[in-house]
Amino acid sequence: MDSVDRRKFLGLVGNAGAVTLASGLIADRADASESSKREDNAHSFGCLVDTTQCVGCRSCEEACNMVNELPKPETSFNDMTVLDEMRRPDASAYTVVNRYYPNPPNVHNELEPVFVKVQCMHCNDPACVSACIVGAMEKTKEGPIIYDPAKCIGCRYCMVACPFQIPAYEYHNSLTPEVRKCNFCFEKYTSTGEWPACARACPREAIVFGTREELLVLARKRIRKHPGRYVNKIFGENEIGGTSWMYLASTDFAKIGFEDMRCEPVPVLSETLQHSVFKYFLPPLALYAVLAVAMFLNKPTPDEEDETESQDAEVKNVHK
Amino acid sequence: MSISSTISEHPVDVHNNHEEEAVEVGVPFFTRGVWVLVALALIGFGFAMYRFLFGLGAVTNLTDQRGWGLWIGIDVATGVALAAGGFTTAALAHIFHRHRYHVITRPALLTALLGYTFVAIGLLVDLGRYYFIWHPILPYYWQGNSVLFEVGICVVFYLTVLYVEFLPIVFERFIGRVNLPGAFAKMNAFADWALRKLSGAVDKVLWIFIILGVVLSCLHQSSLGSLMLIAPTKLNPLWYSSLLPLLFLLSAIATGFPMVVVESMVAARSFKFKPEMHILSNLARMTPVLLGIYLVIKVGDLIYRNALVHVLKFDMAAWSFLGEMFIGVIIPFALLCSKSVRKSHTGLFWASFMIVFGVAWNRANVFIVGFTPPFETETYFPAIGEFAVTIGLISTLILCYRFAVNNFPVFPREIVEEARAAVSK
Repeated sequence: MDSVDRRKFLGLVGNAGAVTLASGLIADRADASESSKREDNAHSFGCLVDTTQCVGCRSCEEACNMVNELPKPETSFNDMTVLDEMRRPDASAYTVVNRYYPNPPNVHNELEPVFVKVQCMHCNDPACVSACIVGAMEKTKEGPIIYDPAKCIGCRYCMVACPFQIPAYEYHNSLTPEVRKCNFCFEKYTSTGEWPACARACPREAIVFGTREELLVLARKRIRKHPGRYVNKIFGENEIGGTSWMYLASTDFAKIGFEDMRCEPVPVLSETLQHSVFKYFLPPLALYAVLAVAMFLNKPTPDEEDETESQDAEVKNVHK
Repeated sequence: MSISSTISEHPVDVHNNHEEEAVEVGVPFFTRGVWVLVALALIGFGFAMYRFLFGLGAVTNLTDQRGWGLWIGIDVATGVALAAGGFTTAALAHIFHRHRYHVITRPALLTALLGYTFVAIGLLVDLGRYYFIWHPILPYYWQGNSVLFEVGICVVFYLTVLYVEFLPIVFERFIGRVNLPGAFAKMNAFADWALRKLSGAVDKVLWIFIILGVVLSCLHQSSLGSLMLIAPTKLNPLWYSSLLPLLFLLSAIATGFPMVVVESMVAARSFKFKPEMHILSNLARMTPVLLGIYLVIKVGDLIYRNALVHVLKFDMAAWSFLGEMFIGVIIPFALLCSKSVRKSHTGLFWASFMIVFGVAWNRANVFIVGFTPPFETETYFPAIGEFAVTIGLISTLILCYRFAVNNFPVFPREIVEEARAAVSK
């Protein structure tokens, strides 16, 4: 699996090279991606999840369920057997905790679990927002990505685009299905700088809320202070252009459910191409002009028409 | 000599001398085959209704990890690709003025028009909030970063262009034959006069729409490929490439003529006339060139990205890739390079069919088979309901095609006379 991911990653690097080349030829790259237009995300809000602190109590799941008025799950939030299998957030659960055993048994012959909370990462340069055909997904200046069902047409391109596979769909709602995902408690709390429900509920303070800048300082401080406890990496600092939610871990992130991700934001390629093709509508207009010229230049004179006809005649003869 | 004089008399007329030659077929609509299609259409309609009543989840196997399935991969993506016959023949006959191909432009235009109409209908079934399908048209909702927005807007414009391009066929059908029912009969002369005026006006501007149709097609055939550029971690490297838009455009262009061949030959069989082999064989002469360009760029891109190693995994995606490439591209390419295959009825049909099938396979690979999200919890295979709706839509499209050629001047007169003779026998 690991080697496959690596190869995929190398493939992507190759692609990025081709794109750089292509876009260098047709447009200046700087004004192509939304991310560069957007002011830097240092002062937008985010969360730091310290997976070394998480004990998998599912309090965050319960708080999320309450505050978003989601349907009650089949078994209570005290039921720890749900951790036996890998779960993904869905239309009725915006966040789930998964358990991993990344390392071989310790000296007491016990496997030490690592718990990882999964929810929308609220990317700095989000693929869902770039993909959405009607602007139903919005990256707020505070950081959270919010969804407006009144705009949504239900095309589900956001789900195709999201590199973290977070947006879920209400497939069984026939009339007003919505895309469902963590909204970072934007309306209730984070729009005014208050902590989101999951972070408030965490008994271990494994989730810390703050500005991205503050969180990065905090994360680096923890890594520096306890080099034995953490690997020297903050997941989400640079991945696909950075995310609002970031993670610390004691072990290789690849072993606890994280993808190896490049630094370039996901939407850069498509946005670069699209904005190059439609720059002042020049390429479509140029194509139109070329075809129009071709149409009038190719207008056959009587002689030429005879020629085509004779070719036709040859073909007809063969056909006989 | 007579042809050349006609041409010089109508220098700007883009659908010139062929105009008088097309007539409606006018044979009985129902045959045994038609009843089968009606049954398939009704089954599809039933499942579509079930979807509207009980939601996408009741009919499809779509999951949170896989928002797009058979309906997007086949009904929409393949539908658009197979409509490419419309703009490729329009370019050939009207822009590059290869007049001998005029006789195929109308059937190709009709296929494109119906193809795009059914893309829109297929989309309606697939959209969660289908009643908001008009949102992307309003500037309030415009989202210029979205590739899907470009696709959507282009489809709207191109669909309009296709209907405008079809107008002369409608005018031709009714001019001189206006016969309004009952009390409206008094209006016949006025209606005829209005149609003639309108027809004259449309004829004058038609060339604008014909070029526009080609430009719009190029734009959104390619942007359909750009759709997947945003999912680099999900699409298999055998297909994920920054050249996807170019590859989609080239494969659509290469499929245009084979699609016309397949459609003409199926229509010939259905209406019992001899296909216009001298035109179709000639048309097929260009296919190896167009398909060859696609093949070279596709393989070159795979080599440049070192992506061919993924074939050696021999997993589902690899086999599907090999099938697409050999059955859909390489074998028909080789076949159509041979003159005797192009001249042979069977050879031409099957080689062209392989290309049509191959482009469908490619679109299915990009949107379904090769789309493997890393966190997928269950594998996707389309549900019976999804197949039923897709088959139902295709059946309805064929029925509409039959109705249209039966009632509008689409096919050339000599063919139609053959078809009528076959029926009266």
